[in-house]
Amino acid sequence: MSNGVVHWFRYASPQTFYPLAGRLLPWFALLAALSGAAGLWIAFFVAPTDAQQGESYRIIFVHVPVSWMSMFLYLVMAGWAGLGLAFNTRLSAMMAHAIAPTGAMFAFLSLWTGALWGRPTWGAYWVWDARLTSELVLFFLYLGYMALHAAVDDPRRGDRAAAVLALVGAINVPIIYFSVQWWNTLHQGASVSLTRAPSMAATMLAGMLLMAFAFWMYSIAAVLARVRAIMLEREAHMQWTHELQEAAP
Amino acid sequence: MRRRSEPLFTLGFFVVVTSLFPLGLGPEPELLRRIAPGVLWVAALLASMLALGRLFGADYEDGTLEQIALAPAPLMLAVGAKIVAHWLVSGLPLVLVSPLLALQYGLPGDVIAHLMLSLLIGTPVLSLIGAIAAALTIGVRGAGVLVALLALPLYVPALVFGAGAVDARLAGLSAAPNLALLGACLALAVLFAPLATAAAIRIALE
Repeated sequence: MSNGVVHWFRYASPQTFYPLAGRLLPWFALLAALSGAAGLWIAFFVAPTDAQQGESYRIIFVHVPVSWMSMFLYLVMAGWAGLGLAFNTRLSAMMAHAIAPTGAMFAFLSLWTGALWGRPTWGAYWVWDARLTSELVLFFLYLGYMALHAAVDDPRRGDRAAAVLALVGAINVPIIYFSVQWWNTLHQGASVSLTRAPSMAATMLAGMLLMAFAFWMYSIAAVLARVRAIMLEREAHMQWTHELQEAAP
Repeated sequence: MRRRSEPLFTLGFFVVVTSLFPLGLGPEPELLRRIAPGVLWVAALLASMLALGRLFGADYEDGTLEQIALAPAPLMLAVGAKIVAHWLVSGLPLVLVSPLLALQYGLPGDVIAHLMLSLLIGTPVLSLIGAIAAALTIGVRGAGVLVALLALPLYVPALVFGAGAVDARLAGLSAAPNLALLGACLALAVLFAPLATAAAIRIALE
């Protein structure tokens, strides 16, 4: 199991992936906790107070990485869904299914922290800014994915139907983003924008990247934990889950 | 389409919804003219979505869909034909009746022409994208609500460009860029939607 292809395909079956995920999970969780703590420490104690926005800008350390993750996780989810559709592998579809709630949570957090940040800086919880609107649509896409998966009785069929939706959504996400951006500029010209921040201090950037790394690790840990649960649930009738149950103390 | 009156339901919905807005917002002509492009487009979008349930539902229940999928002709082609038929009964009537509603909202003549043009390009996009959502929810409980949740976010670009074209014309600008982008959406949808719809139908039938 040393080199290349054989090694990777070995873990493409739930039976072999389950213990691997169990072994990896604590490490990712640990990394998430450590880098999250370091990032928050920088965010609260090291980073300087912003000249224009005062202390309220500090939510950027959560808001921006969370928004990155919500967009990135959708692509990862669509990628797994596409793999599952193309090769009909059980695990790929389960991974896509496991990523969706985490991605939706990040999209929601992005909107929520954005609203909390917008109140002191823009004077409003919500403006119809291009980025806010496309993030909202992304949140709806996540909800649609999960709703479709939940509505179909047969999980295998649900996997495949939701995979088609995820792929269609992945093609649509950039179109939606640009259409909304253009819609906004058409309507109100120069509007509030998240990009107006002056050149960012190095400590701020470091804090943000640390937080992004923490959310990355958290996502992997959460997805691994969820995919383990999904594997057990779906394969409850299989030999290996029974053996697992007997082996457990 | 199983009953002759069915296209009229969609049309009726479109007309009733657009007539409700002035009642809710008040009759000031200036305001109505301002919101007309958005209102007409959103109403067209909802009307087109409501008609989606009929696209594959009845054919699935009586087994026709399975026969179509088994037929030697490619499924994509049959799906394309069904989408065209769907647009003819649920999209085209909206385009044809829209000048009348636009007149009620006090839009000037050349803006009305652009509204018709934008709906003419845009409603096929709605039918194409909607067909994917309709195919994904074949035989699913609560399909009606689910179709809305799946299709509406995907409708966003068509709505933005379609209403944007009319808005631009109303503001005295050229509608051409928005219409060109709407046309690009249509070209993309024509390419991908039958493919995705056929895949979704195969998944539903297996």
